[in-house]
Amino acid sequence: MYSIETYSAQETGQLGEKLGSLLGPGDIICLYGGLGVGKTTFAQGVARGLDIEDRVTSPTFTLINEYYGRLPFFHMDAYRLDSSDEMADLGYEEYFYGGGVTLIEWAEKIRDLLPPDRLDIAIDRVATAEDEDRRRVNLWPRGVMSPHFVEELMDIVCPGD
Amino acid sequence: MGVNILGIETSCDETAAAVVVNGAEIRSNIISSQVDVHQKFGGVVPEIASRKHLELITPVIEEAMEEAGLEFADLDAVAVTYGPGLVGALLVGVAAAKALAYGLDLPLLGINHIEGHIYANFAVTPGLEFPLVCLVVSGGHTDLVYMEKHGSYQVLGKTRDDAAGEAFDKVARTLGLGYPGGPLIERLAQSGDPGAIELPRAYLEKGSLDFSFSGLKSAVINFLHRAGQRGEEVNQADLAAGFQQAVADVLVDKTIEAAKGAGVSTILLAGGVAANSKLRADFMDQAGRRSLQVHVPPLILCTDNAAMIACAAYHKFLRQSFAPPTLNAVPGLKLGEERYEGNFRRIVF
Repeated sequence: MYSIETYSAQETGQLGEKLGSLLGPGDIICLYGGLGVGKTTFAQGVARGLDIEDRVTSPTFTLINEYYGRLPFFHMDAYRLDSSDEMADLGYEEYFYGGGVTLIEWAEKIRDLLPPDRLDIAIDRVATAEDEDRRRVNLWPRGVMSPHFVEELMDIVCPGD
Repeated sequence: MGVNILGIETSCDETAAAVVVNGAEIRSNIISSQVDVHQKFGGVVPEIASRKHLELITPVIEEAMEEAGLEFADLDAVAVTYGPGLVGALLVGVAAAKALAYGLDLPLLGINHIEGHIYANFAVTPGLEFPLVCLVVSGGHTDLVYMEKHGSYQVLGKTRDDAAGEAFDKVARTLGLGYPGGPLIERLAQSGDPGAIELPRAYLEKGSLDFSFSGLKSAVINFLHRAGQRGEEVNQADLAAGFQQAVADVLVDKTIEAAKGAGVSTILLAGGVAANSKLRADFMDQAGRRSLQVHVPPLILCTDNAAMIACAAYHKFLRQSFAPPTLNAVPGLKLGEERYEGNFRRIVF
């Protein structure tokens, strides 16, 4: 597990952007964390890293938003879903295996559909009275998602550590 | 003899069909509201919505025809929402509309869901004068649109993160109120003091007509978090009232700024959040002081419905802007664009 702390929404977005710049076709990112921790902010950063010019907004109501930059970017949100069956009904496989980057917010809601090869990212509020926007971002590469990939990110974000 | 249009809408969680004559005379407006099912789950449950669309589409259309007192042979056109929305949900309506149009040899009209919301106003007040500015606020959308004439849309501002209605739902969830969040917050706010708890208003950079509600949502969560850490009791009514006021202030101020900037004197409200009585009252009050006219559709035409689709379709019918029989669902359809054929990026299913 790798861990990074951010101190503002802007920094959370920048971390996403760095990650986005390293992603390739077929990569799947699963985001975990409560309301308002910055999942969509992080996803907006990932989109910038994929050279997407369209505005990336919350997919909570729309469920799946598609964008096209350096690679296709499928931005999903399982917040309103009650079980994996509902995701199956949305044709999720077309996205997971569609040659783009897929990012899923509230991925815990569809845990049994998640492919074995993915990057799990949990964002936790570690806010203090002085730093309300402080967040801890934990990254777990799963399956063949190479740790090198995340190490590369760590090298960019925390050089010398 | 008027122009009888059957409208069909299945872009999100409502299966709806309506018959409207000449874009203004609503002969029927059937909405198979699924809110009872959703209340159990604490949110809109799309899988249920998608399956329900299939089960309900035929009886809903039949009921719309029956209530209108018309035979299929009396129709002049069939109209359907073909985006934006969830592809699986949209496809149910699009397939039904195409089948009817083909079988009855009628022209087909493809309508943008947001365009439909705007045209709910024309169903009530057909003679609205252009140019005008319309604010569309719902669970999935927060769009500020300039219209020079029928069918012409210039998006002046949009949300950069959460839609206004989504902020209502998520704050309601945080306060433990349940679903749907808008009416529950509105009710709770009635006994609260909107000035008791100070919450931020995101006006963004000077001159911007974009919106941002994510920061406000976080501010509410942070407020509750801080109070929880100190073991303090939060006055939920005050918090709900403060939140509602913060949303209303930004929506009213930016819309009036847009109207002034565009030199128009007519403002339209549309979408589910336009049902919020505080927002309506603030709009009437602020716009009235500046001699601006504000139009808001009745509640039944604010939330998703098919009468608004048939109304938008009537004006498109007059322009003879018909869709080909190859019409398909376009989940990411943008306001003002037509994506009828050959230029789809990708359709899942």
